Amino acid sequence: MWSYVFKRLLHMIPLLLGVSLLTFLLMSLAPGNYYTALLQNPQISPDTVARLKAQFHLDQPWYVQYFYWLKNVVRGDFGYSMAYHIPATSLIVGRLWNTFLLSFFALIIAWGVAIPLGIWAAVNKDSWIDRACSLFAFVGLSVPDVLLSLLALWFAAATGWFPVGGAQSPLYDFLPSAQQFWDRAHHLILPAIVLAASDLAGIMRRMRSCLLDTLRAEYVTAARARGLGEGWVVYKHALRNAINPLLTIFGYSLAALLSGAFIVENIMAWPGLGRLTMEAFFAKDSYLVVDCVVMATGLLVIGNFVADLLLAWSDPRIRLK
Amino acid sequence: MSLLEVKNLKVHFPVKHGMFSRTHEFVKAVDDVSFAIEPGETLGLVGESGCGKTTLGRAIVRLVEPTAGNVLLDGEDVTRMNGSILRARRRKFQIIFQDPYGSLNPRMTVEQIVGEALDIHKLTDSKPARQKRITELLKAVGLDAIYAQRYPHEFSGGQRQRIGIARALAVEPELIICDEPVSALDVSVQAQIINLLRDLQQERGIAYLFIAHDLAVVEHISRRVMVMYLGKIVETADAKAIIRDPQHPYTQALISAIPEVDPESKRQRIILPGDVPSPIHPPGGCPFHPRCPIAEERCRTEVPAFREVAKNHFAACHLAGTKIDLPRNPARREAV
Repeated sequence: MWSYVFKRLLHMIPLLLGVSLLTFLLMSLAPGNYYTALLQNPQISPDTVARLKAQFHLDQPWYVQYFYWLKNVVRGDFGYSMAYHIPATSLIVGRLWNTFLLSFFALIIAWGVAIPLGIWAAVNKDSWIDRACSLFAFVGLSVPDVLLSLLALWFAAATGWFPVGGAQSPLYDFLPSAQQFWDRAHHLILPAIVLAASDLAGIMRRMRSCLLDTLRAEYVTAARARGLGEGWVVYKHALRNAINPLLTIFGYSLAALLSGAFIVENIMAWPGLGRLTMEAFFAKDSYLVVDCVVMATGLLVIGNFVADLLLAWSDPRIRLK
Repeated sequence: MSLLEVKNLKVHFPVKHGMFSRTHEFVKAVDDVSFAIEPGETLGLVGESGCGKTTLGRAIVRLVEPTAGNVLLDGEDVTRMNGSILRARRRKFQIIFQDPYGSLNPRMTVEQIVGEALDIHKLTDSKPARQKRITELLKAVGLDAIYAQRYPHEFSGGQRQRIGIARALAVEPELIICDEPVSALDVSVQAQIINLLRDLQQERGIAYLFIAHDLAVVEHISRRVMVMYLGKIVETADAKAIIRDPQHPYTQALISAIPEVDPESKRQRIILPGDVPSPIHPPGGCPFHPRCPIAEERCRTEVPAFREVAKNHFAACHLAGTKIDLPRNPARREAV
């Protein structure tokens, strides 16, 4: 078991190396760099720009830049953001935490609603409950994140029940800690719901179909034949066997959340990794872009890894080696 | 009094045609079936795939809701039981499934599978007693107690079927519906399982309704045999009599399909033309007449009564007992 965990973590290294290398390559393929724009400014002498470029090794070929970056990363230094004029690490940690918070709560909302709803729909197959859930899922799957985010913003603005964007109010730093907590939560609710919505429908439909499959299984009939109550039949025999494919999509779901977070964070002004990546990308803040991509990849890989561990924990047929 | 008495049992499934149409038509999976099983007796039930055997078996134990009719077990009507009473009565009748792979929960150990039945009906009062009982049950079906902590996927088909039998035995039932318990197994294993079922019956006096599509298997274990066609019983007789002297032409065709060891055998295989008709629109008159090699005019119009054609030998055929004459020395026909 532990050797498996170790091996999986070891597998992450070449993956992250590959992803970072590819990102560097793609960034270098686009013309110009962060300082190209500065050259247009008559107040900044070309010498200064050249000095700054040299300082960040931007005058070197991309693979040299990559090795400088890698050398620093090994030492725990993720480079310097040219746009923010601060070390990338301090920038990313806060943003990563925000994205993690957003994704985590979206995950809890999506799964917390989808699983009971899916079970409910499957057990009451073809009833009006099932139909209502299907309609809900259809709408949820069809409405794009972008539109939903905009609708949420409009909703927040129209009702005033929720703050319009951001992760905290301007007076956050002056609030007592209990109110600080509430302030964060208040800002989190709407983006988390929007982010959860698109995932929720898919998970619910999957839960429903998986449970319907196992409810038809012979061992479920066998459990009924022995006189087990229907609630136990569903929980102990059907549900536990239906959960496997869901644990697998749990890993994917994390990926979907992270990419969904890119859109939602940008529209709803949530200061997360997705928004940072986008800003850094447009500013050609190359080291920051690579850092962001590597962090997002790391989150994704860890998510899949957690899903695999859950699968092994829940299913006796799966042994990790 | 018979242990089980089935009276005019019907199971009709509604057929849906489209989104907006109401259901008008029904698949008559089991249509007016009556029979009885004595304590400790084995009644065989044969018929081809789709004739309603499995549905009949499941309707008896209320895994499928009967449309009409009565199922009396020890004089109590199973079709009228509900909720907790039905669940408690399930102790008396158990079922062994055809598919030894699908019928065991893959996430439960053998101990949990067998023990669950004990827990549901609170048959053991302490942990050691439960343990002891599980060991006994496994031993009874020829499995070693060391297997108790293993999961179903670690066993072969025959072993899995033994686990299924142990699970059914756990509640000490009076009747077990064996729903094609051997048809998914290798031939060599089939005999082992059948012998096991027979030994268990002798030790414990359990009655079986033994469902199969293979007459040879059924004859081996049953005292009496019923033949089912399109949801109806077409012939019932003692196992020996039905093999030796089949009365219904359908039974004759089934028996002619049993492979024989003797290469010199002169027996001709009766090949029935056509397919089984749709159970939604069964043919009028005798349901077998479109495929019957000896059908007459009245078979098309008159429904044959289920009558006693010889002592303890019942058949639903106007021409019961007429032997099917095959053309003399026909060119060897391949099986259809």
